[in-house]
Amino acid sequence: MAQLATIFSTFTLGGIHPPDSKELSKDLPIETMPVPDVVSIPLNMQILTASPPVEAVVEKKAALTEGRLIGKPIHFLGVNIHSSVSGTVKSVETVSHHMLLRVPGVIVDVDRSAPEPSWAPRDWQSLSGAEMLSIIRDAGVVGMGGAGFPTHIKLSPPKNSPVDILLINAAECEPYLNCDYRLMLERPADLLDGTSMIMKVLGVEKAWIGIEDNKPLAVKALEEARTGRHDGIGLAVLKVKYPQGSEKQLIQAITGRVVPDGALPAAVGAVVQNVGTTIAVYEAVALGKPVYEKVLTVSGRGIARPANLKVRLGVTLRQIVDYLGGTTPDLAKVVLGGPMMGLNVSDFTIPVTKTFSGILFLTKSEAALDDFGPCIRCGRCISVCPMGLNPMEVSAYAEAGRYADTLAYGVRSCFECGCCAYMCPAKRPLVQFMKLSKLKNPIR
Amino acid sequence: MAESNTRSPGGEQKTAPPVLTVGISPHIHSGRTTAGIMWTVVLSLAPALAANIFFFGTRAAALLLVSVLSCVCIEAVCQKLFRRPIRVRDGSAVITGILLAMITPPSVPLYIMPLAALMAIFVVKELVGGLGFNVFNPALVGRAFLMACFPVAMTTAYVDPLSWLEAGSGAADAVSAATPLTLLKHGGMDAVLQHYGSGLRIYSSLALGLHPGSMGETPALLIALGGIFLLFRGIITWHAPAAMLVTVAVLTWIFGGESGLGSGDPLFHLLNGGLILGAFYMATDYVTSPSTPKGKLAFGLGVGLLTALIRLKGGYPEGVAYAILLMNALTPCFERWFAPKRFAEPLKAKA
Repeated sequence: MAQLATIFSTFTLGGIHPPDSKELSKDLPIETMPVPDVVSIPLNMQILTASPPVEAVVEKKAALTEGRLIGKPIHFLGVNIHSSVSGTVKSVETVSHHMLLRVPGVIVDVDRSAPEPSWAPRDWQSLSGAEMLSIIRDAGVVGMGGAGFPTHIKLSPPKNSPVDILLINAAECEPYLNCDYRLMLERPADLLDGTSMIMKVLGVEKAWIGIEDNKPLAVKALEEARTGRHDGIGLAVLKVKYPQGSEKQLIQAITGRVVPDGALPAAVGAVVQNVGTTIAVYEAVALGKPVYEKVLTVSGRGIARPANLKVRLGVTLRQIVDYLGGTTPDLAKVVLGGPMMGLNVSDFTIPVTKTFSGILFLTKSEAALDDFGPCIRCGRCISVCPMGLNPMEVSAYAEAGRYADTLAYGVRSCFECGCCAYMCPAKRPLVQFMKLSKLKNPIR
Repeated sequence: MAESNTRSPGGEQKTAPPVLTVGISPHIHSGRTTAGIMWTVVLSLAPALAANIFFFGTRAAALLLVSVLSCVCIEAVCQKLFRRPIRVRDGSAVITGILLAMITPPSVPLYIMPLAALMAIFVVKELVGGLGFNVFNPALVGRAFLMACFPVAMTTAYVDPLSWLEAGSGAADAVSAATPLTLLKHGGMDAVLQHYGSGLRIYSSLALGLHPGSMGETPALLIALGGIFLLFRGIITWHAPAAMLVTVAVLTWIFGGESGLGSGDPLFHLLNGGLILGAFYMATDYVTSPSTPKGKLAFGLGVGLLTALIRLKGGYPEGVAYAILLMNALTPCFERWFAPKRFAEPLKAKA
């Protein structure tokens, strides 16, 4: 199957080209971090819900094996959570969480003498789409790129908007991050098989893996791994531009379809999944392995040794930092995710959840730390906004407390990619003004 | 809870833990700052200013110095008075000072410059909220104010370039000379030709700055080069300057001639007066001009239209300043009319 990748352009409106800083970790193979003595598994690893999504189904002193179910959904957006280690439940209490500060969780003492579980390949090609979907749900797969939306729900689009195309988001447009890139290099066949599985679940004939042209080795690896059973999967090579990995931008870049304002991708017949999620689907369907590990990039000039790590869920930042040799004295910011959209934290007791794609340790010289000044109306934020919004007017109204007036400038369409604030010469926190304006204008 | 695990190599001894910052995303920045932009603009004007100081001598240097110092000091005092952070180091008042000096005849009495600076910085800019909030271009209002208060100085204080060489140190006593546009206004193209000799000599004098005028009117070529430098550095876009220059060229070609439609001399008009300076440095002012490409095109078109109208039909020989000021007033409307194009239309509710 020597079908070459197809060259595409990119999304049309706005976008930026920040220095990608990927060189810090792009050539480092995925390394499995040894299991620590104790893990703190939060029972909240997904998109935020109004009420707790999951409750514990184990009690103190229960013996656990790796991959055993420990949390069941009690909210329709909840997903199963499995033990990432073999050992004994030390306590069922609250643990740190990167967004919610404290959430219910299970703390497990690791038993190093326990045998390694074996996840044997099975004949997944004879499974029906519906069977695969229930396996995916049981395995607790969520969007691994950071959003954490339950995958089984995303793969069950509403009947009134039929889906005809699957897009795999392999853009990894955030600077520093390389975990998807490494997965493509090291496990291209699994990614392609995972894509075939999702196609079967959705009942679509066509899938594109959208990948930026700064990853030629990954394109080559995927081309070489293609076999007869990957018919219908194309490689869409896109001109590098941030935020290519945003759903709406990726759909436009590859299919030319424009998702209407306020609608989901299914409105134009598309479903987007990222690389990590697709690999998780593969592991669930082909190996029967639930999600309890996560591949993430640990990078930045503030960590002694950058790495692409495969870690158990529930491993804390402190344990990762210790494993990688500590931080540097000029460390200034710790960011979960990429530097454009990632969440800034300062608590090293935070455990890894399913949505982590990277942990960045940024030094003073890397991180934007300055105070901001008045808007000079240069219009750079407008010209780089991929949604065609007007961040400078939003920021002016938000600063004046006139939040209702921000609606006219499309503040609700903002997905907080950060292009505006990255460019702003006055270093105004435009994303913050956008977020604030959205909060002050709740959708009823 | 700002803590971190810092280990000095080869030991358990811990140094002071780094202080962690928390803030909103994005966590990286392009590195291009307000001050960086402003000082690049200053840099781009340096060749033209150097040429002017050569042409008009210490008089021009003194004018520049007084103008810049007045603007910077008044801005600092205003910011102190209004309890705002002192931001004069961002270079924006320096640019106003430079531009103000460039649009004032070189041998005006120096004491009028602080007055113009007071108008530009205090009234036009700081009173309405400071950088980013002024409706009108401060330097241009400063000039309009001087035109109203000191009309004689503002229209006659032009000197021939290099006259300071001939007059020795008596540059201040230099005989006033008429700018090419004044010659054109009062004596038509014949008067200009008579003064300069031939058409070619007119163009070369204009391009190189060998004619009487304000500092911003003289070395058209060097000012244009500065503008092109700003274009390549991505500090300004082509929209407003191109629209403005093309409009003036077309209109002066059609209506500017003395022997019917289409007999005008667009090149003469392009190289003359403050058109180049206005196009690259004032019609592109972030604060007082529209921020979208279409808005900028419309703005440039409007400025070009008004400039040609004032030059050809108005009472003043030169109209760039008033044309830009009038369009400044329309900028808020342009921002509304030419709003950025959205990624997608809102989803229509199905009936």
